[in-house]
Amino acid sequence: MNDPALIWSYLTSQPLLWLTATLAAYWIGDMIFRASGRASLANPVLISVIILGAVLWLSGTSYSTYFEGAQFVHFMLGPATVCLALPLYDNLKRIRSAWLPVLAALAAGSVVAVGSALLIGRLFGLDAALLASLAPKSTTAPVAIGIAERIGGQPTLAAVLVLLTGIFGAVVATPLLNALRVTDWRARGLAVGVAAHGIGTARAFQVNDTAGAFAGIGMGLNAVLTAIIAPLVLAIFA
Amino acid sequence: MIPALTIILCFQLVGEIASRGLSLPLPGPVVGLVLLVAACLLRPALADRLRAVASGTLAHLSLFFVPAGVGVIAHLPVLAEHGLALGLAVAASTVLAIAAGAVTFAAVARRTGQTDE
Repeated sequence: MNDPALIWSYLTSQPLLWLTATLAAYWIGDMIFRASGRASLANPVLISVIILGAVLWLSGTSYSTYFEGAQFVHFMLGPATVCLALPLYDNLKRIRSAWLPVLAALAAGSVVAVGSALLIGRLFGLDAALLASLAPKSTTAPVAIGIAERIGGQPTLAAVLVLLTGIFGAVVATPLLNALRVTDWRARGLAVGVAAHGIGTARAFQVNDTAGAFAGIGMGLNAVLTAIIAPLVLAIFA
Repeated sequence: MIPALTIILCFQLVGEIASRGLSLPLPGPVVGLVLLVAACLLRPALADRLRAVASGTLAHLSLFFVPAGVGVIAHLPVLAEHGLALGLAVAASTVLAIAAGAVTFAAVARRTGQTDE
């Protein structure tokens, strides 16, 4: 078995190669992200996806073969979602002291995120499966994937739309909120967490600690709220 | 690390069983999240026990959605066909949602006096 072609065909049939490739691509993505001074556009996930997509395409590897290895990383989405309970629990006191604005902003941001996306999608004539993949795009990826699966969307497409939403939200948040003259860091953070989940939250932490904490709260609460309202709003539009 | 991971997986497991068994609208891990917040409120020691593993896991949150993100290669035809609609829906709804959330928060905080201390 010292024929390189045989070794290659053995490796491509095992999880090891693509698991390693996934971690390596993320490592490269994270290094570029740090080197860029944590620029929103140099998102490590975006970079990893581009690298891995190119490698799969060049090597003629199918997504299902890749996923055999990558599924171990993918599995961690579930436990990671459960772990979001900790920052939520740690910030409960801050939520309690501003519970009314938090809940009002959560409801407004969440309904507008799902409703306006589905309205635009509907106007362009997207089918039900595409709308269902679009509906949970403002929630954190593991939750969005779970919601999309539940309401008849495509989980992987939902993940891509989540990623694009997060990057776009992180880039646009600061100029948008300055233009709206919202100076309350809690308001700015919460809105970004609700609309642009973890990537928006990471961005909020770079700008201001209070904004970051409230973004985390917004992301956690919206994960729960979107799971409830996405099927309801989808029923109106689909 | 193993006890903490086991506890976290148990919450996900119970969440999954509850979600499917009771046909809840929430995915299993989200039910697990809600149950874990409730459990931490009842037993604050639990939060201290899980905090290290949880923050370690959350520090790499973005890594975990790389495999699903690579799934884009399976959707390139869809994205090429509906790219404009999906792009516009994502961009416009994100701007509107951030604006709606921030303006609502600021307005309600002013009315209720729950302003920044």
